[in-house]
Amino acid sequence: MIENFNAFEPYSLTSDEKRRLLTRELLVLTEHHKENCPQYANLLECLGYDPEKICSPADIPFFPVRLFKEYDLMSIDCRQVFKTMTSSGTTGQAVSKIFVDRETALMQQKVMVKILSDFWGKQRLPILIIDTPAVLKDRRTFTARGAAIIGLQVCAREMCYVLNDDMSLNRDLLDSFLEKYKGQRFVIFGFTFMVWQHFYRALLESGKRLDLPEAFLMTGGGWKKLESESVSRDDFKKALREVCNIGHFIDHYGMVEQTGCIYAECECGHLHASNYSDVIIRRPSDFSECSIGEKGIVQVVSVLPHSYPGHSLLTEDEGMIVGEDDCPCGRKGKYIRIFGRLKTAELRGCSDTYAESF
Amino acid sequence: MLKNPEQIEVLCGKLFDEYGSVFPLPPFSQKVCSFFGSLASLLMKHPQSRNYPDVVAFGFFCRQANIEGLRCRYEGQTENRLGRGISFHIAPSNVPIIFAYSMAVALLAGNACIVRVSSKPFEQIEIVCGCIRELLASSEYSVLADYITLVRYPRSRKINDELSSVCDLRVIWGGDSTVEEVRCSPLPPRSNEITFADRCSAAVFDAEAVLSSKSALAHDFYNDTYLYDQNACSSPRIIYWLGDEDICERAAEHFWGMVHGYLLEKYSVEPVISVDKYTAACRLAIEKDMQVIPMPDQLISRMRVYSLSPDLEKYRCAGGSFIEYFDTSLEALAGLVSPRIQTISYYGKLAEKLRSFVIEHRLNGIDRIVPVGKTADFDTLWDGYDLILQMSRRISVQ
Repeated sequence: MIENFNAFEPYSLTSDEKRRLLTRELLVLTEHHKENCPQYANLLECLGYDPEKICSPADIPFFPVRLFKEYDLMSIDCRQVFKTMTSSGTTGQAVSKIFVDRETALMQQKVMVKILSDFWGKQRLPILIIDTPAVLKDRRTFTARGAAIIGLQVCAREMCYVLNDDMSLNRDLLDSFLEKYKGQRFVIFGFTFMVWQHFYRALLESGKRLDLPEAFLMTGGGWKKLESESVSRDDFKKALREVCNIGHFIDHYGMVEQTGCIYAECECGHLHASNYSDVIIRRPSDFSECSIGEKGIVQVVSVLPHSYPGHSLLTEDEGMIVGEDDCPCGRKGKYIRIFGRLKTAELRGCSDTYAESF
Repeated sequence: MLKNPEQIEVLCGKLFDEYGSVFPLPPFSQKVCSFFGSLASLLMKHPQSRNYPDVVAFGFFCRQANIEGLRCRYEGQTENRLGRGISFHIAPSNVPIIFAYSMAVALLAGNACIVRVSSKPFEQIEIVCGCIRELLASSEYSVLADYITLVRYPRSRKINDELSSVCDLRVIWGGDSTVEEVRCSPLPPRSNEITFADRCSAAVFDAEAVLSSKSALAHDFYNDTYLYDQNACSSPRIIYWLGDEDICERAAEHFWGMVHGYLLEKYSVEPVISVDKYTAACRLAIEKDMQVIPMPDQLISRMRVYSLSPDLEKYRCAGGSFIEYFDTSLEALAGLVSPRIQTISYYGKLAEKLRSFVIEHRLNGIDRIVPVGKTADFDTLWDGYDLILQMSRRISVQ
């Protein structure tokens, strides 16, 4: 039961304890989804799944995350669906559909609060959102951007969307927010590229300098777009320090398929797995587990997904375990690096359309 | 004639203005045949050739003895024939050498050729074009200069329109979407077209024969599959094992063991393909009665199914992903076949059995039946077409 985890601080379990607790919970979830999600049951059967052979989280079969784009996967009666979350895809691309019931939604929120409070304290903080309120327009289908924002709502004293619908920076709103919370802790949240493009650049162009040493800049959504403009993580931080004197940076890794269990960046620049989830890095050649420091394919496990079979997922991201239980920041558990999407392959073949075929 | 030739990179020949003045040749004209003989020698001597087995294979196809063999095969059928005129070819983007075969067969049939090669910078294309240029510059073959134009251009409806409007024959490789795209450009009323759509292939193995096979089988199978990332239309994706259950199982173990050993030396799977293959197996598991057969690594993905249907083709995945079926008779093969099935490769003495099976069951798919190792061997009979006859015009005389 999830209660077994709630008794602990979010980064307090060391590897042995965590493995024991996670294995037990993931086994229960595997049985639950097998009972309730026919597609998942079919998969387990074809893979020859045997619960007797599960000794650690890494032994739980992994489900390819892409299949959430192809099938409606749920382990609940469809009348219990409380909200459907979708991944943000560019137009025309298939999107993941994640069906969440009340119970799962509640757990996602609780865990998110618990994880974030470990970084900026237990009290709710005002959050400046580098996005437009339009991102939430259809409340019943959330995009990843919207879902991340909604997830944050429970940790927020106030949320202020600082972009206009045309993505321009709303200076009046910004000024009044900063005036109101001058000298206090607050959070600035946005997707990396949005922060760069619509916040940093706008400030830079206006010549305005801010002094925000109390602010936590929380980012997500990956670095690919910025890297394609030759902006590294360090460049990003340096630039934002220069223009806003930001005190704390919290990047994070997460996905709509495992909302709630985010991997947040500590003061040492490491993304941490909390008690509620874990990362297993797999060798592409045979899916065996990588050692610490070895790059591979990211598998994520989480104890939160009850309403859909997303508790053990093979992603299409490349990552690496940097260390376990020994980050100088004091948090236990694995800490990781994410390198972005796996490189697409250039295949030979007669048909010109391979890349689009699935 | 062309309104925007600056977008077109001419690799060989020229985009001539007077397309109409090129006269067709008779099939297997002496000049063309000797041209290919000379091309074969040049290719074989080329210092870079040996790095590219596909260039070597094309050279082998062009050699005098092979062309002469083809000529003999058509003896009695080509006396009243001439090429159709100007042929326009769209080569696939991912197989560099197809352009050369397409050109060769059209030229052998008696046509002038305008060939759009892949826009990717393949070394193989440079090697072949270089050799062709060298020959056409010689006095011996200068008469053929107007018959070979090799071009490269980005996807362009406009250029397709222009080139289509002057051709008597259009040849489209690259599968369904390329066919659809190029067909937006109209052809003159008398012109015709040969299209190579998306196809899928299977293999039938006599289990008993495989049990006593040696490693040469693994090598041949590799050439059919992994050599082109199992993504050629002729690469088998489904393997039909013929024999008693226990013999099939033993034969499959033996076979995949050999293939696996061979692959360890020769092939590596890109990470994203590894995920693709696993995902494909999961997709099949969700939808069909099947079993994932465990393998030591991701080089080979084995999926055993218990019945065959045409939609199995949907679950294919490139890079070494095989759907397997065991049976004591061929009957169930009929259930697999749709017009999309192109090649059946076989191991064991099955050629005649397969031929009569296709004819007797009047199957609407299966255009080629070839031994393992030969699926990628180009022939003038391809995809159900006799290309020499399709690419030439027969004059009736009474």
